[in-house]
Amino acid sequence: MISSINKLIIGMLLLGAMPLAAQDDDLFDLLGDDEPVTQYTIATFKSTRLISGHSVETNSAGVLQFLIGHRFGRVNSGWRDLYGLDNATIRMGFDYGITDNLNVGIGRSSFQKTYDAMVKYRFLRQKSGAENFPITATYVASMFVRADDWPHPDRTNYFSSRINYHHGLLIARKFGESLSVQLMPSLVHRNLVKTEEDLNTVASMGAGFSARVSGSLRVNAEYHYLLPNQIASTIGGENVKNSLSLGVDLETGGHVFQLHFTNSRGMTEQYLISETTGSWADGGVHFGFNVSRVFTVKKPKAFKE
Amino acid sequence: MKQFIFTFALAVLSVAAFGQKYLTQSATIRFFSSTPMEDIEAVNNQVSTAINAENGEMVFSMLMTAFTFEKALMQEHFNEKYVESPQFPKAKFKGSIADFAKLNLSESPTEVTVTGDMTIHGVTKPATIRGTLAKKGDKIVAVSKFLIVPEDYGIKIPGAVRENIAKEIEVTVNATYDLINK
Repeated sequence: MISSINKLIIGMLLLGAMPLAAQDDDLFDLLGDDEPVTQYTIATFKSTRLISGHSVETNSAGVLQFLIGHRFGRVNSGWRDLYGLDNATIRMGFDYGITDNLNVGIGRSSFQKTYDAMVKYRFLRQKSGAENFPITATYVASMFVRADDWPHPDRTNYFSSRINYHHGLLIARKFGESLSVQLMPSLVHRNLVKTEEDLNTVASMGAGFSARVSGSLRVNAEYHYLLPNQIASTIGGENVKNSLSLGVDLETGGHVFQLHFTNSRGMTEQYLISETTGSWADGGVHFGFNVSRVFTVKKPKAFKE
Repeated sequence: MKQFIFTFALAVLSVAAFGQKYLTQSATIRFFSSTPMEDIEAVNNQVSTAINAENGEMVFSMLMTAFTFEKALMQEHFNEKYVESPQFPKAKFKGSIADFAKLNLSESPTEVTVTGDMTIHGVTKPATIRGTLAKKGDKIVAVSKFLIVPEDYGIKIPGAVRENIAKEIEVTVNATYDLINK
């Protein structure tokens, strides 16, 4: 026989046990599984370059990126030059990830035999979930030294006269999984300019996008608008124009191939912003491609056995 | 009075049994893909998992972005193209350990079979997984090695890298659970 007091105790214990039983229905609760997590946006762009200019992307810590870019001659140069293919310029460069956000790089362009060095720092990252932030932002600063025969016989050949600089703020946002847009206000400082009417420091506003067409194929555009009344003199008898590049990205494993048409001959911001002379309207565009390959120089901690 | 003590003791014991749960937030899951072209390995040291000792229920939950690869680019491809982490941030498993009540766990590993549902890339599939359990003091140690087929979970591998990624991926689980009283 169970006494009434025992019934009461059993009843109370059963009641007490009920919430526990309810908890058991979802062991996942114990894992804290419902708490939102912060997800950083990945692969805003496929490469550290949008087309010729920098994208917000940086190489991860310990990753070395080898970049080769080619720009052929102008398409409108006719059949004798096979529409520009006879006349290529090349830039080779290395970018290295000191941290996931801080990169340094060096390069050399055959065009004007220019050496360049850059430092790039991603200081804001787009993220969503527990924490939200709408954009990724990267600052890039580059220095260019031309090492060709001194082309200005009427001017003194100071080493400093061969140096140019670029500072760019890159601001990008990835919308969904297939469209990324970037704005890049930039300054280019030229130590030597042709006339007094030419500003040493010129400002430009750039914009670009990358749209994913399929898993490994993207369409890209990059435009640099040079603010008016900054450059008066011509280059080779042609006015300086705004740079427009259109192209595609193809990704295969460790390589990214970028194929494009551009009215800029050079592959660095100095040329894009302040020395673009081709005209899209007259077919004064260059076919070009970039190939980039990454190497893991320093392995992540978990793999250092 | 005897009856009272007996009932009370029984009730207290049953409540204690209700409370027997084991938890860790730092289990390790590795996966390994081996082809003649290359070997690819990834590690996640932040896997959450729990065992309910009352009924042998076992759950796992992990963030896909927490898998670290030897090559950063592989990690990006894994998250961006294959498991599509922005849409499907977590992989989960919920199952029960067969005959858990009859197991007499000791320091030497006991073979167990866990049957349940595995969710990867937003696709849930029934899964039966073999492994071992051992009891070390207040801790339970679980070890398992099994194969999964990415295609079963709707994970598409593009043609360009199909030769580099194995059809079957070997998954290794190492978890040391702490007893918690809740």
